Amino acid sequence: MVVKSHNTPLGRVFDVFNYIILAIIALAMIVPFFYVIAGSFSTESELARRAFFIIPETFSLNAYKYIFSTPTFIRGIGVSVFVTIAGTLISLSLTLTMGYALSKSRLIGHKWYIYIVIFTIIFQGGMIPTYLLIRDLGLLNSLWALILPIAMNPMWLIIVISFFRNIPKELEESARIDGCTDLGVFWKIALPLSKPIIATFALFYAVQYWGDYFNALLYISDNSKYPVMLLLQNIMTMADTQFGEVDTLVEQPDESLKLAVIVVATVPIMLVYPFLQKHFAKGMMLGSVKG
Amino acid sequence: MPKVDVDHSTSIEPISVRKVSKWKMLKRDKWLFLLLLPGLIWFLVFKYVPMWGALIAFKDYSPYLGFWASDWVGFTHFERLFQNPDFYRILKNTLILAFYETIFVFPAPIILALMLNEIRFTKYKRIIQTVIYIPNFMSWVIVASLSYVFLTTSGGAVNVIIESLTGQTFNFLSSPEWFRSMIIGQQIWKDAGFGTIIFLAALSGVSSEQYEAAIVDGAGRFRRMWHVTLPAIRNVIVILLILRMGNFLDQGFQQIYLMTNSLNRSVADVFDVYIYFSGITQGAFSHSTAVGLFKGVVGIILILSTRYIAKRLNQETLF
Repeated sequence: MVVKSHNTPLGRVFDVFNYIILAIIALAMIVPFFYVIAGSFSTESELARRAFFIIPETFSLNAYKYIFSTPTFIRGIGVSVFVTIAGTLISLSLTLTMGYALSKSRLIGHKWYIYIVIFTIIFQGGMIPTYLLIRDLGLLNSLWALILPIAMNPMWLIIVISFFRNIPKELEESARIDGCTDLGVFWKIALPLSKPIIATFALFYAVQYWGDYFNALLYISDNSKYPVMLLLQNIMTMADTQFGEVDTLVEQPDESLKLAVIVVATVPIMLVYPFLQKHFAKGMMLGSVKG
Repeated sequence: MPKVDVDHSTSIEPISVRKVSKWKMLKRDKWLFLLLLPGLIWFLVFKYVPMWGALIAFKDYSPYLGFWASDWVGFTHFERLFQNPDFYRILKNTLILAFYETIFVFPAPIILALMLNEIRFTKYKRIIQTVIYIPNFMSWVIVASLSYVFLTTSGGAVNVIIESLTGQTFNFLSSPEWFRSMIIGQQIWKDAGFGTIIFLAALSGVSSEQYEAAIVDGAGRFRRMWHVTLPAIRNVIVILLILRMGNFLDQGFQQIYLMTNSLNRSVADVFDVYIYFSGITQGAFSHSTAVGLFKGVVGIILILSTRYIAKRLNQETLF
């Protein structure tokens, strides 16, 4: 903003408070992670002695050694990684293809397909009927139960539709003159133009799959198929669960284990974030301005 | 929402839409239908089959008989539900929490966006923005775990600080009187920063001439905020409020289930948590589906009436 008129004393006081309060808010959102990371690398005795610290006085890798020598955790990380990658690919394929088709209003019944999508935003069958469907499809205790029920988000689909609608018609026309079918136009013209929106929704879907424990709680009872989030929930709520089902050489740490599992459950998605962020800010704008 | 625009798709052979038979249009768009199909099937199976399945609220569903063979019982489950004192406790808990969410959580990103919009030092603004998005990428399990770590009375940082200041500790995690504040706090912490993106995007469309004109008219800082900035995001606020109304009774199950324990259950029991316990853990499928259906119908009524009011006030609505 170019405007400058911070001339009034009241305005200046407001500015000072504004800067300070925003800084406090931002710190409140980031500082907990500093402690969790620091704590996960420190010893049990330090964690018992000090309530809060950002620089540990002691150093120990016991918690991580324990995690990466316990089969339950290794499997859990594998499950989460698989579900996140496979799920994101499936979700993107479904959302992009359907979004592109629905951006063409010449399609017969176009209006009805849009209604079909929008109605699911305002009304859902609910938890129990969905559970019964998954059970009847034979997907209980299958990793597909962690993907299929949440494979598409109708709101995000609407954003994708309005994005595709704004692709200049001339580009598609010229491709068609060159002999492209709709499939060719989608693949060669629409998709390459949609990188920001693909990056955005790749991130959204990845975050959704990585963080989901609800579907695991409902559909997975075999604990060899638990994703990381469900393991973390078990650790946090049942204080003295032993995870070393097979003999491990490392003794189970307590507090630092909790913190280390939080780190393990957080870091992968934090690694994806900066990678996609530059596209993502752009994609959000494109989507949200159109609503 | 969808604007019908006349779209000359096959410009090689420009054909007037009216003359083309449906069959020809189907044939012309066969590849588009192919693209549409997987998504459409997904919607029918994973969204519409459960809606059909919700009819078990009117049946005495037994897992052994299955959907078709179970007996119809009409509104029995609803009658039983409305006679159950638990129902009113759950309804009350849900409504109170929904009300708090609407007045505390909903405006938080708007206030943050307004505050950020007043920052002229762009680098500072960008850093704050980047940082406050981060919690949104944390799942509820992470948020709950952080809450356990920081709020516990046995050595949690927050309670240690409070104790050093006041000499007492507060049992945030398992006392009914702190439950709602904790839930609201978690939601603001997790979602407010991210919500500001949308409002800031809308604000970036405000031209500086509008502000300059307001200054010429003698408007001070806060009047400009009120008369220029807020109107610029009014449409977005209304659209989000309508959507919020549709989810009015959806207290995110993921969050509340994680923070529920035997001590705060009296206030933590909301519809979704109740449905989970009675449906999944106790197997009362028909009963809990009836609860879910009640919730869904209230949601539709709320979203449609908010939309109606917004239309009346000449507001743009989403659909």
